[in-house]
Amino acid sequence: MNKYNLILLLAVLSTVTRAETVFVTLEKDNALAVVDPIAGQLIKTINVGQRPRGIAISPDNKKLFIATSDDNTIKVFDAETLKELTKLPSGDDPETFALNPKADRLYVSNEDDSMVTVLDIAKKKAIKQIKVGVEPEGIAVSPDNHWVISASETTNMLHWIDIKSGTIVENTLVDPRPRAVNFTMDSQQAWATSEMAGTLTILDTQSKKIIKTIHFAIPGVTNDTIQPVGIAIDNKRQRGYVALGPANRVAVINAQTYEVESYLLVGQRVWNLAFSPDQKRLYTTNGVSNDISIIDLESQKVTKSIAVGTYPWGVAVKP
Amino acid sequence: MMPSSKQFLWMSVNLLVFLQLLDLHSAFAAGKQVITIAYLTQQQTKQAPLSNLDPFIDNKGLPGGELAITDNNTTGQFTGQEFVLKKFIVPNNGNAVDVFSKSILNKYNFVVSMLTKTDLLKIAEMASAKPMLVLDAATQDDDLRNEQCRSNILHVLPSRSMRADALAQYMMKKRWTHWFLVIGNKPDDQLFANAIKRAAKRFGIKIVAEKTWEHTFDARRSAQSDVAVFTQTEEYDVLVVADEQGEFGEYLDYRTWLPRPVIGTQGLIATAWHRTHEQWGATQIQNRFKDLTGRWMEEQDYAAYLAVRAIGEAATRTQSKDAQQVKDYMLGEKFALQGYKGVPLSFRLWDGQLRQPLLLAAPRSLVAVAPIEGFLHPKTELDTLGYDQPESTCKIKKQ
Repeated sequence: MNKYNLILLLAVLSTVTRAETVFVTLEKDNALAVVDPIAGQLIKTINVGQRPRGIAISPDNKKLFIATSDDNTIKVFDAETLKELTKLPSGDDPETFALNPKADRLYVSNEDDSMVTVLDIAKKKAIKQIKVGVEPEGIAVSPDNHWVISASETTNMLHWIDIKSGTIVENTLVDPRPRAVNFTMDSQQAWATSEMAGTLTILDTQSKKIIKTIHFAIPGVTNDTIQPVGIAIDNKRQRGYVALGPANRVAVINAQTYEVESYLLVGQRVWNLAFSPDQKRLYTTNGVSNDISIIDLESQKVTKSIAVGTYPWGVAVKP
Repeated sequence: MMPSSKQFLWMSVNLLVFLQLLDLHSAFAAGKQVITIAYLTQQQTKQAPLSNLDPFIDNKGLPGGELAITDNNTTGQFTGQEFVLKKFIVPNNGNAVDVFSKSILNKYNFVVSMLTKTDLLKIAEMASAKPMLVLDAATQDDDLRNEQCRSNILHVLPSRSMRADALAQYMMKKRWTHWFLVIGNKPDDQLFANAIKRAAKRFGIKIVAEKTWEHTFDARRSAQSDVAVFTQTEEYDVLVVADEQGEFGEYLDYRTWLPRPVIGTQGLIATAWHRTHEQWGATQIQNRFKDLTGRWMEEQDYAAYLAVRAIGEAATRTQSKDAQQVKDYMLGEKFALQGYKGVPLSFRLWDGQLRQPLLLAAPRSLVAVAPIEGFLHPKTELDTLGYDQPESTCKIKKQ
């Protein structure tokens, strides 16, 4: 093999390793969109079941979990071949769920029953049900695997579930209609969005107390349309990003000073967010404009939008 | 140095006071705060229906209040509060005002009223000097929100003018701006017609013709021929019907002389709630309500739900069962009620009306949600519906 061929081969290999795949659930198409974000192309769309919404990828990037709400199940797919592996008994109408770091437990919000169901993934069994507030929606597991937070939309509370005991140890009242919740990578903070109030609440995990409430305000946009939903916080806790729903913008928040640095215009009704594996890009699902936006985080600019299908809802990224 | 006897006495007194405070505190923490809400309604007389398709519902409102109490208590279990709904269902030949003065006045801080305007005004008068808040979940009268307004009543259902404005905004969007107004012969029909006329004036819509439906014949048998004759008039875009009890309105569609859609109290209606509504989490509450009752949620159920939830929300946030404190919070900046309409609901300070989007619904399809995009307002687009602050003739401050 001559020197040039070797360089060429290395170049090809490195491109291959850098390429990542973005998976987007399409609520109305009953499908999953598979996108190559670097090429800016929709590669294919596969049927996954009725009304797919919540999506997560296992930490080893091998399995894809998708809540197919109208099938009343969470399906597990091989992230490489996209073949369906199994179905998990999620209870009725699963929408959002959270995977623990070891990927052996799944925590599911059962909106109609005011419950959080704990699933043993290997045994495909519900091992516990925890009574929470009315209409639980957002749910997150802390990276240190100590806490699950369930946000109940109508009770307006965050319920802190201690994973060891499987019980609620604290309830924090937040602004009306909490939607999404997320932990910082160091597990020290939890961030929660309140859709009706147009706010983001930042809480201290240790004390479970509110550190800061951030009110979003955009000139020329009425407060009614600022409805914060999805949250992404970078691993170094430098910046956090919040999708603002029908305000069609993503808020960029300095995670140290809690100042809102800017609002980036993306597609219509921006819903959920996911980082690229190197955290250099952010992907957003835009429910009404039927596309995803790509934000380059170094320049803090929206670089591309890719049409994916009807009602893009959740997003997960595989390296 | 040993303390003198006087000093010693003081120390003991201090200790005693401290111990008592401690005791009080623990007693409060152990016992739940109970917030009791009186729900006052009178049984309805069954009206002769035009269609037998819709079964008569004699408890409109009540299951909504019950569902809300359950929701309040789910929250309450985490905040140390318990909510109780005490139901007073007055028989249709009974006197609701008597029941109020004997069993509710001086006993409850919060009342959800399903009474008519006349009775509502009477109970509000009796309660005026008391620490009591009345949430009206039944009336749509504009005068109750204007010249007849009372400081201790908050109104949950949208007024007739809000409904008329919602219809008018959508008609403006469609450019169906020439209306033929058909009015029933009941006083309420006249009130709805007045709201329609007000909306027409506000949005620059022309009412090209106006007729009263006289009921001088058996509509069941002769609707086909009579409606055609009755609706021969000037050229118009839509027929607006004012028939709140549903005595003839359903017979207009498809029987008019000209091929024109029907809106108003029949056809396309403006309502606070409808079974076709599924957006913004509405599916969840529609399902929960149906599981509870086996029927669809009606507008009155939704209003009673919101009334009880509003008390719950304010009581939870203030950790109080005091009528004034709860009312202050409800009328304050921070109050934001989740009503499955995509935007937070709050009360207008000038007339106590709950500001809310209205659903424009056909029998089997949700057509639009008002305020319609493009109708702007400096504070909130929701205030493009109904009497805005400068137009209001309510002179009593609600706070």
